[in-house]
Amino acid sequence: MARRVPDGPPPPPVVQRVRLRYAKRGRLRFTSHRDFARAFERALRRAEVPMGYSAGFSPHPKISYLGAAPTGVASEAEFVEIGLVREVDIEELRAALDSALPDGLDIVEAVPAGVGSFADRMQASAWRIELPGASAESAEAAVAAFLARDAVVIERVTKTGRKPVDARAAIVAISVSSAPDGLSGAERAILDVVVRQVTPAVRPDDVLAALRSVAGLALDAPPVAVRLAQGPLDDAGGVGDPLSPDRDPLETAP
Amino acid sequence: MPVASLFPELEPLLPRVSKPIQYVGGELNAHTKDWDSVPVHWALMYPDAYEVGLPNQGVQILYEVINERADALAERTYAVWPDLEALMREHGISQFTVDAHRPVGAFDLLGVSFSTELGYTNLLAALDLAAIPLHARDRDESHPIVVAGGHAAFNPEPIADFIDVAVLGDGEQVVGTITDIVRDWKAAGCPGGRDELLVRLAATGGVYVPSFYDVTYLADGRIEAVRPNRDRVPERVTKHTVMNLDEWPYPKTPLVPLAETVHERMSVEIFRGCTRGCRFCQAGMITRPVRERSITGIGEMVANGLAATGFEEVGLLSLSSADHSEIGEIAKGLADRYEGEKVGLSLPSTRVDAFNIDLANEFSRNGRRSGLTFAPEGGSERLRRVINKMVSKDDLIRTVATAYGQGWRQVKLYFMCGLPTETDDDVLEIAEMAHDVIRAGREAAGHKDIRCTVSIGGFVPKPHTPFQWAAQASPEVVDNRLRKLRAAINANKSLGRNVGMRYHDGEPSLVEGLLSRGDRRVGAVIERVWRDGGHFDGWSEHFSFPRWATAADEVFGAAGPVSLAWYTTRERDGDEVLPWDHLDSGLDKQWLWDDWQDALGEFEQDDCRWTPCFDCGVCSNLGTDIQVGPTGASLAPQPAPGRTLLPLTPKV
Repeated sequence: MARRVPDGPPPPPVVQRVRLRYAKRGRLRFTSHRDFARAFERALRRAEVPMGYSAGFSPHPKISYLGAAPTGVASEAEFVEIGLVREVDIEELRAALDSALPDGLDIVEAVPAGVGSFADRMQASAWRIELPGASAESAEAAVAAFLARDAVVIERVTKTGRKPVDARAAIVAISVSSAPDGLSGAERAILDVVVRQVTPAVRPDDVLAALRSVAGLALDAPPVAVRLAQGPLDDAGGVGDPLSPDRDPLETAP
Repeated sequence: MPVASLFPELEPLLPRVSKPIQYVGGELNAHTKDWDSVPVHWALMYPDAYEVGLPNQGVQILYEVINERADALAERTYAVWPDLEALMREHGISQFTVDAHRPVGAFDLLGVSFSTELGYTNLLAALDLAAIPLHARDRDESHPIVVAGGHAAFNPEPIADFIDVAVLGDGEQVVGTITDIVRDWKAAGCPGGRDELLVRLAATGGVYVPSFYDVTYLADGRIEAVRPNRDRVPERVTKHTVMNLDEWPYPKTPLVPLAETVHERMSVEIFRGCTRGCRFCQAGMITRPVRERSITGIGEMVANGLAATGFEEVGLLSLSSADHSEIGEIAKGLADRYEGEKVGLSLPSTRVDAFNIDLANEFSRNGRRSGLTFAPEGGSERLRRVINKMVSKDDLIRTVATAYGQGWRQVKLYFMCGLPTETDDDVLEIAEMAHDVIRAGREAAGHKDIRCTVSIGGFVPKPHTPFQWAAQASPEVVDNRLRKLRAAINANKSLGRNVGMRYHDGEPSLVEGLLSRGDRRVGAVIERVWRDGGHFDGWSEHFSFPRWATAADEVFGAAGPVSLAWYTTRERDGDEVLPWDHLDSGLDKQWLWDDWQDALGEFEQDDCRWTPCFDCGVCSNLGTDIQVGPTGASLAPQPAPGRTLLPLTPKV
């Protein structure tokens, strides 16, 4: 009697895997990954998605999250894969999940999983970083100085202390443009950065810390960053759509 | 005129603070309304961090009740952590609501819910950040009416200087009365200014306006009298009691936070009030009579709430949930209904009997049996008679052994230390009990892998209880007894190994005691502590006993009649005017006194749900009555309708 095992049959098997792209927008970009995971699991229950569960006394829903954007960074390209015990209409699933989440956490696309590892497709990210108070010229100069180096080691402050991170090696490309600020109308520099997915991940903050360290690039206010794409790195140095092999099963996964 | 959002100014600061998500709002089931669409604007505050304040049921209920009205809106605000507070001061950003990020100073009313007195310094911080004058006497028509509610509002005297009004008891209905009065007064062009508005509120008899009462003192420091200082103001202010809980199924759509909070579950209040009569328990005394929600009403709230939130756990709340007249049916009905849906059910289990284990087994039918909690509260049978929490040691051991035998691995036992008449021996019996629990548990379980955690809190005498006259034990006495207890638990190495002991040191309890039974003279101490940097007093990393002790010494002075000790460790006489005597919880002071004498004589009091009325005074004074089942109804096997989303249809 002392050791109990769950009664009944094992949980039903997963019959369909679905890959979702979601966005973290506006004020909800301050959602941490843990926060999102809780909200997402509640949305799955609210939308009555027929989730697959692991066995045991504390069954866990079959969910795989892929490289999440840091807290405070918006994203148009976050990905998650879920396993279902019954096949469902994919668009209905997307819409139901989207409406079960708060505005600002939006399920943008849903695609039945094809063959090949989803995680292996996440080779790089495209970030857009707006720099309040920085001119395009100063940003260009800083970027040129940064790209000229082989390595730019910055210190990342973590809960457990300071950790050195090379912010240069993972960078594929940085381009600089500018646009007027929505509120003040002042020009602000905009960086489009393509970063290879490495461990530890190089984040927008690290890139800015590196620009500050090599060229003293200073800002008036915290930068606003958004991840525009995440997926396979193509030959031209661009970031592709990781869902396209699932949409078109004939296309082979990278 | 619309009130603009502060979010554009706040947003650039958020990347610099910890857990910024707590300040952005946008929770599932949150509301925002256009400012100009309604005449009455409430800001509702829980004076602690978001992670503690968001799950608070009182705030969630009022938030929904107000927002359902066509003529009012409610937004929420919480205490901001020191990192953001510093940035807000640097950048001139006011205390804001998390819903539409409006400045709190722009609202007509600021309602603050005090579950504990340790939130008082956070009230001052919020008022100051909102640019609302700290002292009610310095406010004018441009400032919100500051309303205190919650259990601590049954003695709001220590914060009388800082609040405009206090409301006692259930808020669902009185919040509507206040809204009506404010709306009509505004519609009439604010006749007579703030003063007239306060008089109109006071004239209802159910809203306490401290400034309309004068307190006089005797030379020895005791209160001489508390008297109204103007017409249209009642001698005593009465608490509010909502009858028929089924008519108030709130919160209907509980808030679902993005940030992690202290209670990650949906709560359904299955009854309000308690007549067990535990003499230390303020909640049980001030929330009488018992009013049950019906089994069908509970079933609907659970079904609707789960559909609206997606929470995976439902907590059935009340002061003693196993006492619901149909709890067995409720447990079985819900367990049947949600079997296989990955919905967990929980019940704060405090009663120590076999029935409770049956319930817990039902709730964990096919889940993990991790921990059970029981609250004997007093270490010895003598002491349990004093506090009127009757459970014999044999019953407890038998019950707990049964639990271990049925697969539960961990049992938590709650006790208090510093109870009236308590001696070292009473507390040392806890060690004996814990050892016996482990011994019996090992035998019942057939293995040694079990744990018993003894959790001990310092007793704080509270207003409107039979112990309101009692001397609080000093921190030295409490700490010393707990040291001896720890030694006694560990004296038996084999058994003590499986016993954990958790306790807090006695100093915070003494400050809680000062704030619980204090009078208006304590307000200056709170203000001094806050000015000296005190806040978040419920958090050990922020609480500073020396800061409170020094402030009390400075405010009360060496020569004065009162002191920190005078307010806390002094036993009161029967004829003393207590600071809250003019606030009517329904309980007869004479009955409370008799019950106090019964406590000292170690006589027990029965529960009026099952024995004749013992005239505590509440029902006769307030015109209320006990509302208990059984109704005889049962829960249908299928969830009630009311889902907001249709089930996903299979792919064709």
